[in-house]
Amino acid sequence: MAITKRQAADLAKQTFDYAPAPEAIDHVRIQPRYGLFIGGKMVEPHSKKRFPTINPATEQKLSEVAEADAIDVGKAVSAAGTAFTSWSRMAPSRRARYLFRISRLIQERARELAVVETMDGGKPIKESRDVDIPLSAAHFFYYAGWADKLEWAFPNRRPRPLGVAGQVIPWNFPLLMLAWKIAPALAAGNTVVLKPAETTPLSALLFAEICQQAELPAGVVNIITGAGKTGSLLVSHPGVKKVAFTGSTEVGKLIQRSLAGSGKRLTLELGGKAANIVFEDAPLDQAVEGIVNGIYFNQGHVCCAGSRLLVQESIAKPLLEKLKQRLSTLRLGDPLDKNTDIGAINSKAQLEKIQALVESGIEEGAEIYQPECKLPERGYWFPPTVFTNVSQSYRIAREEIFGPVLSVLTFRTPAEAVEKANNTPYGLSAGVWTDKGSRILWMAERMRAGVVWANTFNRFDPTSPFGGYKESGYGREGGVHGLLPYLELV
Amino acid sequence: MANKNGADRVEVRKTYKQYVGGEFVRSESGRAYRPDGTVNVPRGSRKDLRDAVRAARTAFAGWSGRTAMNRGQILYRAAEMLDARRAEFEELLGGGRKSRAELDETVEVLVWYAGWTDKLAQVTGTVNPVSGPYFNFTIPEPTGVVGIVASDDPALAGLVRRLAPALCGGNVVVALAPEHRPLPALTLAEVLATSDFPSGVVNVLSGQRKELLPWLASHMDVNAVDVSGCTPDEVALVEAAAADNVKRVVKLPAGERSPHLVTAFMEMKTIWHPIGV
Repeated sequence: MAITKRQAADLAKQTFDYAPAPEAIDHVRIQPRYGLFIGGKMVEPHSKKRFPTINPATEQKLSEVAEADAIDVGKAVSAAGTAFTSWSRMAPSRRARYLFRISRLIQERARELAVVETMDGGKPIKESRDVDIPLSAAHFFYYAGWADKLEWAFPNRRPRPLGVAGQVIPWNFPLLMLAWKIAPALAAGNTVVLKPAETTPLSALLFAEICQQAELPAGVVNIITGAGKTGSLLVSHPGVKKVAFTGSTEVGKLIQRSLAGSGKRLTLELGGKAANIVFEDAPLDQAVEGIVNGIYFNQGHVCCAGSRLLVQESIAKPLLEKLKQRLSTLRLGDPLDKNTDIGAINSKAQLEKIQALVESGIEEGAEIYQPECKLPERGYWFPPTVFTNVSQSYRIAREEIFGPVLSVLTFRTPAEAVEKANNTPYGLSAGVWTDKGSRILWMAERMRAGVVWANTFNRFDPTSPFGGYKESGYGREGGVHGLLPYLELV
Repeated sequence: MANKNGADRVEVRKTYKQYVGGEFVRSESGRAYRPDGTVNVPRGSRKDLRDAVRAARTAFAGWSGRTAMNRGQILYRAAEMLDARRAEFEELLGGGRKSRAELDETVEVLVWYAGWTDKLAQVTGTVNPVSGPYFNFTIPEPTGVVGIVASDDPALAGLVRRLAPALCGGNVVVALAPEHRPLPALTLAEVLATSDFPSGVVNVLSGQRKELLPWLASHMDVNAVDVSGCTPDEVALVEAAAADNVKRVVKLPAGERSPHLVTAFMEMKTIWHPIGV
């Protein structure tokens, strides 16, 4: 039924606002202090030291977690070493059962995990609820099935586990990165000592509880908390046979250098400066959504974020208009609110880094655009930002910002797009937007990046291998390729 | 006129040279050394190494862009050329049953990897059943410029065991000939030069390991280094320097012969292609 002119006029006068829709937190119990998860039990740290973990959206302390010292690290590695003997010899189908259990427990406790992830890390609840937690459960489910099928993955070889894996993960997808590390390691028959990031330790500590609930044999998974020092103690421990690190390229290089000559196996998943390339025949509205998802998803705290937008010159103007229009509708604020699009920046240090790089962009001559956006008074926030008039030599076009900051460049020919996209020491991901299937594959063939998304961005799946070229690291996580870093093929 | 086969024939000796960018060159430094006490061999320099990396990088797009079938044909051609020069290589390797066995193995390695070029993606690539409307697949791609540090023993097979898989995957190579027994490797360059490899796809340098290795390991335009011919100390040196640009350091056992050795010099690329009407 059509509305009358008068009704339409009345409607036009009204302003529509979202009512607050916060996710309930009363079902979540965060303990005031946590120990270390070693040998199947939560234990007091030898160091006797603890540090606070805060909610970056409110700056309120959520809990105090232990800072593991050399003796704590030694205990964890030794517990994992003891457990390795029986875990690696256990019938593979039994190992699979434990991993299936863990996957199910993550699904059962999904809401609790999502809330904790959002409170500890600042990401919007709709992302932790719809992306992080379901993908974590799916990852365990996928690798659970591999545990007793390894011989089919590597014909003519006998796959053997390596031993104790020391794993260090970042703060941008805490539980998901834990799943990417622990699931393939355990499926392959290794045991692990994992260190979550210092600003986001809580979901890993909840995961320790899940291991207990799953009755996973003691010592198969050990979780130790701490900062960079603890991580460095872990990767350099002589009992660790395999090191897996996800984080910055800077730290990745330090680890690679420090492990030289140690005989340890190493995989690195490091930074990126991905090009997101939009051709003139791309569906523009869909591309705008993809650009937004590419760089503002998780506040841009994504190693594979589409931080360099390459637009074909002929459509640069209309595309940027649509993009700016879209940015003005993004909702920044309480990460626990179900309507929030952009949550809090993970930490004060990260906020300062983003601010410094944005400052450099202005100084070097780029044009900044930020939509009108009220930032909450407490917590760490940064509005969605677009830079135009960016030269390839500017820091904002070269360095990983790890924040909601997009640099826009233009191109005329596909060859120029390829040239610009590859003009970086990184090579983690890339995006292409076009209506032409043959052009997607032509571009995908030429981009020096481990993951290429066509007419989409920032999509993940446990069956889909992920990892970088060049200085974005080596080794793959996900898929059958994700098993290889945790196996020796005899 | 003297009989050309007579005892008074003055032999036309060969000047051993490095192989860079498709040309046989002395060291730009003008230096030479005598690994076996008699023959002069170029003592390559840091500048030679940089020239070789540049030649390799220039050749990368062309070689990696060849069809898999074409790369297989060229590797097979190298086996043909090597087999045709058995007598010369047997002498270089010292003669006897051991030399013949090494030659047999070397030819076989080339033939074996020649047959892998067009099967690799089928065996090591995957189609991934993602939850969503995407055709998602993973394919191996060459990592780029690969440095190979060949072992003194076996002086020919040691190099070819790594060279063949690196080339099979579409990489370009800068190889350091064995320091103390460089002649088989330098002569292999003559085989490769007549096998239709485009200029710069393989480059072979000779000289002192300690002069060349640090620069190969730290060069920012080298993507991977194979250390099968290195001592443990040299491996540690390479691994530390490799961190400067996150090089891949390939450490699979010297005897490895498998598609896993080919993919050790490769990157897995995953493509999400949309499905829709």
